[in-house]
Amino acid sequence: MSFLFIQFLNGLASASSLFLVASGLSIIFGVSRIVNFAHGSFYMLGAYMAFTLVHKLSGGTIFGFWGGVVLAAAAVAVVGALVEMILLRRIYQAPELLQLLATFGLVLIVQDLVLTIWGPEDLLGPRAPGLRGAIDIFGQSFPQYDFVLIILGPVVLGLLWLLFHRTRWGTLIRAATQDREMVAALGVNQSWLFTSVFTLGAFLAGLGGAVQLPREAVNHVMDLQIITEAFVIVVIGGLGSVLGAFLAAVIIGELNAFGILIFPQLTLVLTFLVMAVILVVRPWGLLGKPEGVVRGGAGAERPIKPLSPTGRNATVALLVALLALPMISGNYGLSVASEVLIYTLFAASLHFMMGTGGMVSFGHAAYFGLGSYGAALTVKYFGVPMLAALVAGPAVAGIAALVFGWFCVRLSGVYLAMLTLAFAQIAYAVVFQWSSFTGGDNGLIGIWPAPWAASPTAFYYLSLLLCGGGIVAVRRITFAPFGYTLRACRDSALRADSIGIDLARHRWYGFTLAGFFAGIAGSLYAFLKGSVFPDTISIATSVDALVMVLLGGVQTLAGPIVGAATYKILHVSISSYTDQWRTALGVIIIVLVVAFPMGIVGFIQNRLLRSGRVEDAA
Amino acid sequence: MSANTLSVRGLCKNYGGVAAVSGVDFDLAPGEILALIGPNGAGKSTCFNMLNGQFPPSAGSIKMFGEELVGKKPRQIWRMGVGRTFQITATFGSMTVLENVQMALISFHDRLRALWPFAGGLYQEQAFQLLELVGMATQAGRPCSVLAYGDLKRVELAVALANSPKLLLMDEPTAGMAPKERIELMQLTADIVKQRGISVLFTEHDMDVVFTHANRIMVLSRGRVVAEGKPKEVRENPEVQATYLGTGAVYDHSKDTGAA
Ligand SMILES: Nc1ncnc2c1ncn2[C@@H]1O[C@H](COP(=O)(O)OP(=O)(O)OP(=O)(O)O)[C@@H](O)[C@H]1O
Ligand SMILES: [Mg+2]
Repeated sequence: MSFLFIQFLNGLASASSLFLVASGLSIIFGVSRIVNFAHGSFYMLGAYMAFTLVHKLSGGTIFGFWGGVVLAAAAVAVVGALVEMILLRRIYQAPELLQLLATFGLVLIVQDLVLTIWGPEDLLGPRAPGLRGAIDIFGQSFPQYDFVLIILGPVVLGLLWLLFHRTRWGTLIRAATQDREMVAALGVNQSWLFTSVFTLGAFLAGLGGAVQLPREAVNHVMDLQIITEAFVIVVIGGLGSVLGAFLAAVIIGELNAFGILIFPQLTLVLTFLVMAVILVVRPWGLLGKPEGVVRGGAGAERPIKPLSPTGRNATVALLVALLALPMISGNYGLSVASEVLIYTLFAASLHFMMGTGGMVSFGHAAYFGLGSYGAALTVKYFGVPMLAALVAGPAVAGIAALVFGWFCVRLSGVYLAMLTLAFAQIAYAVVFQWSSFTGGDNGLIGIWPAPWAASPTAFYYLSLLLCGGGIVAVRRITFAPFGYTLRACRDSALRADSIGIDLARHRWYGFTLAGFFAGIAGSLYAFLKGSVFPDTISIATSVDALVMVLLGGVQTLAGPIVGAATYKILHVSISSYTDQWRTALGVIIIVLVVAFPMGIVGFIQNRLLRSGRVEDAA
Repeated sequence: MSANTLSVRGLCKNYGGVAAVSGVDFDLAPGEILALIGPNGAGKSTCFNMLNGQFPPSAGSIKMFGEELVGKKPRQIWRMGVGRTFQITATFGSMTVLENVQMALISFHDRLRALWPFAGGLYQEQAFQLLELVGMATQAGRPCSVLAYGDLKRVELAVALANSPKLLLMDEPTAGMAPKERIELMQLTADIVKQRGISVLFTEHDMDVVFTHANRIMVLSRGRVVAEGKPKEVRENPEVQATYLGTGAVYDHSKDTGAA
């Protein structure tokens, strides 16, 4: 009994830090509508800065410790303010997804920054002076410091409440959360409002990271870990609702604390299952309100058109060049080319879902990764030949998409995106934690292609056949009635419903198809690498796909192809010059988002349109 | 099997505590054009939304040729032969005018899940005919996102006609058009429905349109039917004149010009 109570307190203690991060994320979203991926980076920076500052300042005094913590949070707040003023201000008009992409660029930059300054090793912070001991509760000991954390959460909640309800600034923020245009119309200086909100959010994230210092080692992967949890909490609580974030943080904190007793292997799964259930019952979270649709592109989309003669010639030329590639390229070049092809199909499948289907996915890696695992596992356990595995992989991915999609298509906008992320994380957790079956962290190795496809040239042609065929199929479906049906659902649910289209059902099929095509790419990837690791399902892989689609331009059919090729080639070439490919990539992403908010292909099309050369290229 | 296209009894809709529509009864005969008029907020759109299944009524029954519509989804009701246009137009912005109509035809012919044929090549001729009917054939290749509002209303009409409906529900079909255009479009609609024997329920703030084309008029005020009958009877009804016509609201076009 007392043990359970201690677990309960543990849950509350971790809920506090989660709440700090999530509330900041929620407040920023509420006002600026920016889904700030870099929020986890603020958290991580808070922890690292606290580590340094506490060491510099303290000498073991209470003042030194807490001073260091608060200063660290303040420093992060300054970083946040700078980010808002230098970067975000330029992209408030851009489509929401591109904003998200830009903040992901920040994630990459901060990751390199942290590695450069603090190095790759985990850093152990000091215990808090004066709170090193434990308290005896019903015969069990509980750290004093965690008590402070338990109190911190509600205190911050109270302070935020006062801030929002008892100050003019807070009133403006609440007004802006409800209706941005209205506040602008009232003559309020918006840019100041946005900067201050972002600063506050960054401060809270930094504080959340800093107070974790005595509890866990500071490391350079904590950013993506916490951002996932923070997303989950914000979504469960309802976007923009601080109280909702608090409730959700407590739920998740307790779930982790008790889940570890019941399913020690599957705590992550439990978290995301709870989220899935809550979202299906309450699609806008516990205390949230309906959201508008997230659009990947700017303005209304243009009709799609089959290739113009020029486009057709360019395609044929590209195909000839691809067929001839083995004559001029060495083995390394061919395996890079195969990888580019695989990623292109992966991007095309995501584009089908988010561009054509209007369902933005933050977790498309699930289907890519499950395709990989599906292929690898059938090879491993049933010893099937490669071709059979190339069927099994996409089938596994398709079935997963069928199951996950059933839940996801019931939501829309950011909530849908978050739920896709949740399912991807569930898949990741299962693969990661079920090591007796999947090899866990060590992955599955020795997944080599059949002898006839073993040479780089043969495998390249196989990739070209399957990925090229996949891309053509996706394109064909886009122009077929089913593709039009998906676009109809995306353009106007009201109209679609009133001309006899069952929205949920068709979006569900679309979701499944997209998962299936991603699975083809994933299966090939397993054989290309000869192995599969859990990171094929990770957020990083999902974001790769998103970056590729958005880079090319979500509103154009050629976008994912150009985007994937550009991204992969950039990636390969940059990492061969420098270790800091993340920084370089981050900077490139940000520059691209600021310079080409419609993506590369969208940009070119607009240019052509303006010069009147093409009417509506696709 | 009842002879009436629609037969509505005791239709009610409450939003929270507010009764937007309370106890509406009416019948609509085949081929009849019935106008539903009333001041802003009277509950007209709410009636339409219940008739096509968008919102469930709080109470009441809606029978179409004797079959109950309450409980059915908009897509099911559409399949029974009900076409609808919206007060605020709803079209597929990323598709051309022609494709919007083709989309409805594809759905009508149950080809929504076809993965192979080019959608752009399906039912082109029929779609063109429908566009010609509403005077939009010359703009067939333009995206709906760039059309003038009045033209969008025409597209909606063509889309609503695509499933060869037995009943048309038109919520302010001519709002946003110039007066001359209104008369033309309504005349066109009247001709089409007469030819095809379609029943129409429409609402309109332009009384010229209403009194010219309606066979029968129903006046709604605060969710209740306050008068009903031939145009002439309604015009002369003292209650209507007092509560509605007399207020000047009828001839108030400010809403349409965007001033309200
Ligand atoms: N979704 C809703 N929630 C709450 N109240 C609503 C909702 N929709 C409509 N109402 C209310 O119901 C009443 C009837 O609205 P309705 O849109 O049916 O009027 P209308 O006759 O179509 O008016 P108009 O001429 O302006 O289109 C109004 O008071 C309106 O405020
Ligand atoms: Mg109305």
